[in-house]
Amino acid sequence: MATHTLSVLVENKPGVLSHVAGLFSRRAFNIASLAVGPTHDERVSRITIVVDGASTPVEQVSKQLEKLVRVLKVVELRGGAAVERELALIKVKADPALRGQLLEVAGVFGASVVDMSPTTLVLEAVSSPAKLDALLAMLDTYGTCELVRTGRIALARGAGVITDGNPALTAVPDHAGSAA
Amino acid sequence: MQELTGAQALVRSLEQQGVEVVFGLPGGTILPTYDPLLSSSLRHVLVRHEQGAGHAAEGYAWATGRPGVCMATSGPGATNLVTALSDAYMDSVPIVAITGQVGTSLIGTDAFQEADITGITLPITKHNELVTDVERIPAAIAEAFHIATTGRPGPVLVDVPKDVQQATAPWRLADGEWPPAMDLPGYQLPGPPSPAAIRAAIALLRQARRPVLYVGGGVVKSDSHADLLRLAELSQAPVTTTLMARGAFPDTHPLALGMPGMHGTYPAVAALQEADLIVALGARFDDRVTGKLADFAPRARIVHADIDPAEIGKNRQPDVAIVGDLRLTMAGLADALSTAIGEGGTRPDTGDWLSVLAGWKRQFPLRYTHHPDGPLKPQYVTERLSAMTGGDAIVVAGVGQHQMHASQHYSFTKPRSWINSGGAGTMGFAVPAAMGAQVGRPGELVVAIDGDGCFQMTAQELATCAIEKIPIKVLIFNNGFLGMVRQWQELFYDERYSSVELGTAIPDYVKLAEAYGCVGLRCERSDEVDNVLDKALAPTDVPVVVDFRTHDREGVFPMVPAGRPNDEIVLGPEFSADEQRAATRREMGI
Repeated sequence: MATHTLSVLVENKPGVLSHVAGLFSRRAFNIASLAVGPTHDERVSRITIVVDGASTPVEQVSKQLEKLVRVLKVVELRGGAAVERELALIKVKADPALRGQLLEVAGVFGASVVDMSPTTLVLEAVSSPAKLDALLAMLDTYGTCELVRTGRIALARGAGVITDGNPALTAVPDHAGSAA
Repeated sequence: MQELTGAQALVRSLEQQGVEVVFGLPGGTILPTYDPLLSSSLRHVLVRHEQGAGHAAEGYAWATGRPGVCMATSGPGATNLVTALSDAYMDSVPIVAITGQVGTSLIGTDAFQEADITGITLPITKHNELVTDVERIPAAIAEAFHIATTGRPGPVLVDVPKDVQQATAPWRLADGEWPPAMDLPGYQLPGPPSPAAIRAAIALLRQARRPVLYVGGGVVKSDSHADLLRLAELSQAPVTTTLMARGAFPDTHPLALGMPGMHGTYPAVAALQEADLIVALGARFDDRVTGKLADFAPRARIVHADIDPAEIGKNRQPDVAIVGDLRLTMAGLADALSTAIGEGGTRPDTGDWLSVLAGWKRQFPLRYTHHPDGPLKPQYVTERLSAMTGGDAIVVAGVGQHQMHASQHYSFTKPRSWINSGGAGTMGFAVPAAMGAQVGRPGELVVAIDGDGCFQMTAQELATCAIEKIPIKVLIFNNGFLGMVRQWQELFYDERYSSVELGTAIPDYVKLAEAYGCVGLRCERSDEVDNVLDKALAPTDVPVVVDFRTHDREGVFPMVPAGRPNDEIVLGPEFSADEQRAATRREMGI
């Protein structure tokens, strides 16, 4: 699936997330993943939205998002030019006989063990979406019991900053709290 | 500093904003605001149903260019505004709705008359806000008007809990200081149109041999009709005005083609199909205009000017996009073309094109059959109204056959003389919208052309009109059917008429009008039309309702069946098979 990652800065006000999510359903755009959280500026939240490019006109999505009054900025983060991460917690069957192998697989993928029972392990993995998919495929061979996965978050590589060139955001402080 | 309740601050904010009139209906949670309203400079028009308040605010905005204001209580009061908000959103009409909300401590508890109106109206407002801090009321109101009226206009809803209206806060603004500081960091308006884009558009326009100016509602909203006239005359490009733009260009002008689209004139529809250049001005390539999009204007290059960047490329990818205030764009285009011609450049050469179009106008006009002693035709009534008012009335329509007949057969010469529900297609729009238009333009002739189906949806506002002395004229084209639906069943469902017959006699519209304190008239024959219209249009402070018993099998033509290419335009039963073939083959000759 060819996906596009949009980074959306929004005012940290009630109802903004539902406005953004509502826009997607209203315009029949498909969300593949969505992650939202605060930024270093308490007035601003950042939403990372992954959309399926085949079914969703990305330029229309951006333009419609920009029309929302509480949306401050929309940027598309393109594959190679951005760091993309997802976090997953995976409960996997860990028969004592296979536990060593499993730990080896986890080690290869940089996943760590965060919980253990006589028959299961809970692994925590933080990585690029592709690498995470590869890990999950491996773990499936041992038996995945439960999986929880966050939406993708992403940040552009290099010195450029998302608020560059946006006069409305120049007042955004460099350090959390200094404007409050 | 004066300490005001939230309600007082709200009313004062409306006054500061220059609001003259509020259409509304009070109830529990908005009661605090209705108290200071009583002693304010605002006129409050008490409607009979909140939907009427919403459409009246729309009619006011359409007619005056100023934002309309409506007010309602929480729960059902607020949800009754929803249709009007949706209508205003689709047609980019600047209105501000103010709703009461249950007290902040009750929100989320399923309290009496609680509805999540900001949630409900999220997708059908340009913006909305639940105000939870009494100190924010002036800024929230100022922001609402700013957002509703700037950029692409639209509806804004401000929801104010009862306790926030009752709480007090100091009025922090000095006398005459308005608006307060607004906090809208994410609301950015497009800058002026790019001169390079305007040059590129003019270059295309000067080369074009078969240009068409495709004029949408944006031209009316931006009051740029004077520059449209200049641009058209300088470029000698024919002009088609969409349902939203009727009146933006005089129908009496030789370059006027009339309305495009599903029920557009043949010359307008065919001109767009054959154009080598379409200059879209404040229009949005709506499906009712384009027909099947892939087959729309296949050989045309596109210049698309709009204030909303999201409209560019949404339906049709343009060759030149001009984003910005249409008023500046139109002036820029007309100036640039004028300069180019003045500097010895040639005028666009459209002579051959215009003679083809003139031929089409002669060959394929809007046609209907009318016999003085035959059935009464809605087209005839509209044409007589047009002639008798000299095109000077403000015409308001609902949705359906009567709307199309009104748009087709009234000769519009001025912007803001045509008001209707375009995008949303809201039946019941006409009577309350006419009421709002009349309030905004007192002393002018406001005529609602309505269908019998539409009329029954909002007729209760006749009581408001009668009591408030809002003397609208309502012409009901009473064919006893949901006429447009009947037409579709005739054409596409093998004449199986399912639930479309309303009957002409119930209600008795004359008695109903009289019951509402209006004058009721009836007209059943063509030879009575002039007399009845004479009576109906006479100046009075009493609203007038006329029951025109129109022919029940009259259709609206031409017609492009929904989802079909515009080239499949059907001229209708008034044209012979030979004529239809000629229209379909379309001898261009150039």
